[in-house]
Amino acid sequence: MSESTSIFSSNPKTEGRSPRPSAAPRTRRDQAARRLFFIMTLLPIILIGIVAFALLVRAWPILSVYPLSDLLGGTVWKPNDGIFGFQPFIIGTIWVTIVGLLLAVPPCILVSIYLAEYAHARTRTLAKPVLDLLAAIPPVVYGVWGLLAIVPFVDDVAAPFAERWLGFIPIFEVTQPTGFGILAGGIVLAVMIAPLIVSVTFEVFLTVPHDLRHASLAMGATKWQTIRNIVLPQVLPGIIAAVVLGASRAFGETIAVLMVVGNVANIPTSVFDTAYPLPALIANNYGEMMSIPLYDAALLGAALVLLVVILIFNILSTLVLRRVARRKWA
Amino acid sequence: MGMKKNRLERRHLMEAFMKALMYISFVIVAGALGLILWTIISRGLPSLTWDMVSQVPKGGYYMGKEGGILNAIIGSLYLAAGGTLLAILLSLPIALYLKTYLGQSKWGEYVRLSLDVLWGIPSIVYGAFGFALMIAFGMRASLLAGILVLALVELPIMTRAMDEVIRRMPADLEHAALALGSTKFEVALNVVTRQMLPGIVTAILLAFGRGIGDAASVLFTAGYTDRIPTSLMRPTASLPLAVFFQLGSPYPEVRERGYAAALILTIIVLAVSFGARWLSGRLNKYTIK
Repeated sequence: MSESTSIFSSNPKTEGRSPRPSAAPRTRRDQAARRLFFIMTLLPIILIGIVAFALLVRAWPILSVYPLSDLLGGTVWKPNDGIFGFQPFIIGTIWVTIVGLLLAVPPCILVSIYLAEYAHARTRTLAKPVLDLLAAIPPVVYGVWGLLAIVPFVDDVAAPFAERWLGFIPIFEVTQPTGFGILAGGIVLAVMIAPLIVSVTFEVFLTVPHDLRHASLAMGATKWQTIRNIVLPQVLPGIIAAVVLGASRAFGETIAVLMVVGNVANIPTSVFDTAYPLPALIANNYGEMMSIPLYDAALLGAALVLLVVILIFNILSTLVLRRVARRKWA
Repeated sequence: MGMKKNRLERRHLMEAFMKALMYISFVIVAGALGLILWTIISRGLPSLTWDMVSQVPKGGYYMGKEGGILNAIIGSLYLAAGGTLLAILLSLPIALYLKTYLGQSKWGEYVRLSLDVLWGIPSIVYGAFGFALMIAFGMRASLLAGILVLALVELPIMTRAMDEVIRRMPADLEHAALALGSTKFEVALNVVTRQMLPGIVTAILLAFGRGIGDAASVLFTAGYTDRIPTSLMRPTASLPLAVFFQLGSPYPEVRERGYAAALILTIIVLAVSFGARWLSGRLNKYTIK
């Protein structure tokens, strides 16, 4: 953490400024590389600003005409009449994200507890490729899977089940007969964000020193008691951060969700409703957006909304995870 | 367990119960992978013909007539290869700089933080960003625009993956090289890149796999065409979009081919993933242990 102040300091401010005239070509090459590399490291930081700025500029025509509350709170979406209410899309995104999280988080945390606390090294090496492959499968393939397996599953199994047993609960009311909808989108999302949540949570568990566990086990606690009372309280911030990270991934997922969620701009009240999340809105309409006034500004504004929400989620969770990883154990 | 019956308290039941839940969760996650692969293979294989991978779409292809999706396969390879090459040019120096020059400094942490944040930005936002720039510069959807946006998508993935492996470089090697009078640049170029080559290659292939499967970013920027692109300024087809568009078709034959296209994409991505594993194992032989 402490910055080096020795003469070998790698701080470009003190060292890179004045290469001595007698410096050998090798040293000069080193100085040049240092400066070039330094400039390149500016890129990631600047890029975040540029992306936000470019979207803001292109969305400005609509942001300057309508108050933000009308755009975000409006429930009517009629681009041809110049009415752009984002509320159905924002609510739809939130529904799909929450359903995805509710399905993904409990098993993912259990899997990472299992991998971190119980599993043999052999099981871990077996689990890693499974998670890697789940993470490697492209979104559009998840979409195909959703279309071929999950939508029929919702239609044939989940909806009749809910109708029979859960119909009295409003959010499980079966409202339309296709299987496309929030539940299908949530299931697909849950599988897509699982590898991320498992691997981040797993890393967080590994940061807890073994001494704490040993102390608890030595007092006669069972393994689960140790995890429940000793380990979990320590890693809770990290787990929350992992979940938020998963949420932000789910929030921006486009193609896979788009293919199974139905894409009807309504405000959903049940998990069997269709929804129309923001990313799907952008992806579905890029073709005609140049032909209707303000449409392109509205869609790029939607991208800006996504970006802002995800930046907040991401920065917060990343900072928490940093803190967890660097914690000093007294 | 050789415990007496009365010792089997509630907490031991709880232990067994939680353990059972963990096993079940593990089976669910692994089972999801199996289910996905099985679905894609069983539905894609029947319409996977040699024509699919060797022909471009002929007239009437989108009504179920002859042709294939060679345009999309080649287009995707161009896009991902171009994006990956561009991303390497930025990622490798940044990752080397983080390790060799910055070490554990504050600035390095900021750069890592910003890369993590970039990683989290969804590809649809990068696509919209690329589209915003294209409007501003009067550019049309093209292979070049697709490559540029994919490079942005891949940059944080590749850099962070490289950084994670380069960070684990044994300090002794670096110190030995520095002690012999190497400059840091020489250490980065001749010692770190060679010793960490397996990890670097894995990072590159990871990013390539992510790039080739990404649909939302190329949707805006690369366009779609039935021809194999002959120049950077031409639009190009891509596999994810080939899957996506064909699935939206009213013709069952075309949808079936969409499943086959999904299978082709999955095979490519899995091959890249396994290839990375194999290659890094091979390259590991040439590193100092």
